[in-house]
Amino acid sequence: MVKMTGSQAIVKCLQEEGVKTIFGYPGGAVIDLFDALMDSDITNVLVRHEQGAVHAADSFSRVTGEVGVALLTSGPGATNGVTGIATAYCDSIPMVILTGQVPRSLIGNDAFQEVDIVGITRPCTKHNYLVSNKEDLVPVLREAFYIARTGRPGPVLVDLPKDLMAGQLTYPEQKPIRMQNYQPTYEPHIGQIAKACKQILKSRKPVLYVGGGVILSDAHKALEELAINLNIPVTMTLMGLGAFPGSHPLSMGMLGMHGSYTANMAVAQSDLLIAVGARFDDRVTGKLEEFACNAKIIHIDIDPTSISKNVKVDIPIVADCQYALTAINSWFSKEPGINIKEEAAQHEAWLETIREWSAKYPMTYKEEGELIKPQYVIEMLDKLTGGNAIITTEVGQNQMWTAQFFKFNKPRHFVTSGGLGTMGFGLPAAIGAQMAFPDRLVIDVAGDGSIQMNIQELATAKQYNCPVKIAILNNSYLGMVRQWQELFYDKRYASTVMEVTPDFVKLAEAYGAVGLRATKKSEVVPVIEKALASNNVVIMDFSIAREENVYPMVPAGKATTEMLLV
Amino acid sequence: MKHTLSVLLQNKPGVLSRVTGLFSGRGFNIESLCVAETLDPGISCLTLVTRGDNSIIEQITKQLHKLIDVIKVTDISEKEYVEREMVLIRIKAESQTRAEVLRVIDIFRGKVVDVSSRSYAVEVTGSASKIQALIDLLKPIGIKEIVRTGTIAMARASKNK
Repeated sequence: MVKMTGSQAIVKCLQEEGVKTIFGYPGGAVIDLFDALMDSDITNVLVRHEQGAVHAADSFSRVTGEVGVALLTSGPGATNGVTGIATAYCDSIPMVILTGQVPRSLIGNDAFQEVDIVGITRPCTKHNYLVSNKEDLVPVLREAFYIARTGRPGPVLVDLPKDLMAGQLTYPEQKPIRMQNYQPTYEPHIGQIAKACKQILKSRKPVLYVGGGVILSDAHKALEELAINLNIPVTMTLMGLGAFPGSHPLSMGMLGMHGSYTANMAVAQSDLLIAVGARFDDRVTGKLEEFACNAKIIHIDIDPTSISKNVKVDIPIVADCQYALTAINSWFSKEPGINIKEEAAQHEAWLETIREWSAKYPMTYKEEGELIKPQYVIEMLDKLTGGNAIITTEVGQNQMWTAQFFKFNKPRHFVTSGGLGTMGFGLPAAIGAQMAFPDRLVIDVAGDGSIQMNIQELATAKQYNCPVKIAILNNSYLGMVRQWQELFYDKRYASTVMEVTPDFVKLAEAYGAVGLRATKKSEVVPVIEKALASNNVVIMDFSIAREENVYPMVPAGKATTEMLLV
Repeated sequence: MKHTLSVLLQNKPGVLSRVTGLFSGRGFNIESLCVAETLDPGISCLTLVTRGDNSIIEQITKQLHKLIDVIKVTDISEKEYVEREMVLIRIKAESQTRAEVLRVIDIFRGKVVDVSSRSYAVEVTGSASKIQALIDLLKPIGIKEIVRTGTIAMARASKNK
């Protein structure tokens, strides 16, 4: 039994969990913990705002699959992290957030920098803890990591009173974690798998509708096997992009509000919707009554609450996506009397219809001379990076154009705030991804609005030599809201005109980064090439066609077949 | 439809607010809620009465189960069960109504637990509907104060065993 301080115990516990990099910001309540970290091999990335710490740790997790760790001080440090925590919660990202708390004797006294962060984050964490005695400290941390990474993943917050971190304790031995009250279901019910497979055999117009769950459970290989063997077209949610290769002929791209014509039509006309790790979000379904109304629905999800929450499901399968898809694949390979090739050929007519839709209404935009179209910028980014970059985005039009025009062929290469839609996510996310993979190319596609929400993280990028590239699609508008105002509010641009926008080139230079600008279409490629050749942080400021809209678009509350097209 | 849920949870600080926060955050309603320790001091039993169609009750049950501190959720109104609620009522009891109040309380198998020259305080237990019937009878006489516990419930033992 080893005696040590609470802070040293936390560090040791982090090391046992395999943590190498954390993102944090110090303060009075966590000063002991930062002190103990100095003696360890764990790198703390000192961000410039706690929101940035949580987003960066979140992104670190999204690209690696490991648990992301953020460390914040009490009071305002913790509350600044709340948006980041909610972002991770909405996208089911495994994270542990450590917050300092005032000493136990002061809790409840309105002490300096005291907030009830456990109370505040209860609805936006998978679980949270206030550690109230030293014997619990290490077991709680271990449990936090366990809960964060198992089942439907999510952020877990551990609030750590200062006196516990400063005091002495005996480090407990590691024991396997068993929780009577928390036992996620991984293995699918075999009967349900057989039912699903038989339904797939009956179907002539099947569609795979896949979400972030496929990426979280590393089920992309099993998904590819199912889709390709049985010739089933695939559409992805925003969070699912990369789960299936975007350039594959069976990919229909994204579905929903800004999804492709093909994907939305296919879902509407399909006779079998196979939902995998997706949750029938309102941005995907549009008007619920008309969503996939001709289809039987199979829904695979590890979280029972997702099933039949919005849309009544015919064949529910509560399981880890990878386990369930593997079970389906093995059913098809083992079940006697099934000729996979023949079954796949049954879907040829359906695929022909889909090809016709794609040919007639491809994802497209209008060229206008030397005006820079944002979609063109995304296409060029895709082309010039060979599709190999990790792309993060902010939120709004920039995010949708990226989702539509960048062909994501691999999982964990697209990092975006889907569920919560958090502006200011992209830059800290790019830093988190770059810290995870220092040798890869990381690009943040931003808007001029969003980038200003966490622009201070440029300093973090510089300090830790994260040569992230930032492509600002600059229209001096809050473009997505402006688009809604144009289409549904009589062009009354209430508070969406950014009358003052900083000179992003000079701003980059002020931080020691490189600033580049393109104002004409012909400048786009040279600017991207120059940015990619630099080993510095680079801001590319693209002055885009100001009132370019994101199309297709399904107006909120309408059926997804009622798309506004280019 | 009214449903009575019996929920076993870890007896820890903050657990109740996880449950109530879930209901308020998701727009589910709570008609009554009653919670106390079980034989195992580490576990509490919470009885909760709520309303909703089948899909809402299904969501409530699943969402409750998703809370890490929740051990077991049973919709006991799906089977045979007994439910009880206790009420304490202080009733105006002046000379002309004193006898009548006692008669009513007697019919409801209640007990007088406090007496003053102008009022009785009585204790009555029963199902929520019995308590409501009593309240309706006593109202015209004059209820001065009322405190209800909310429903607690237990499934009936299986008859086959």
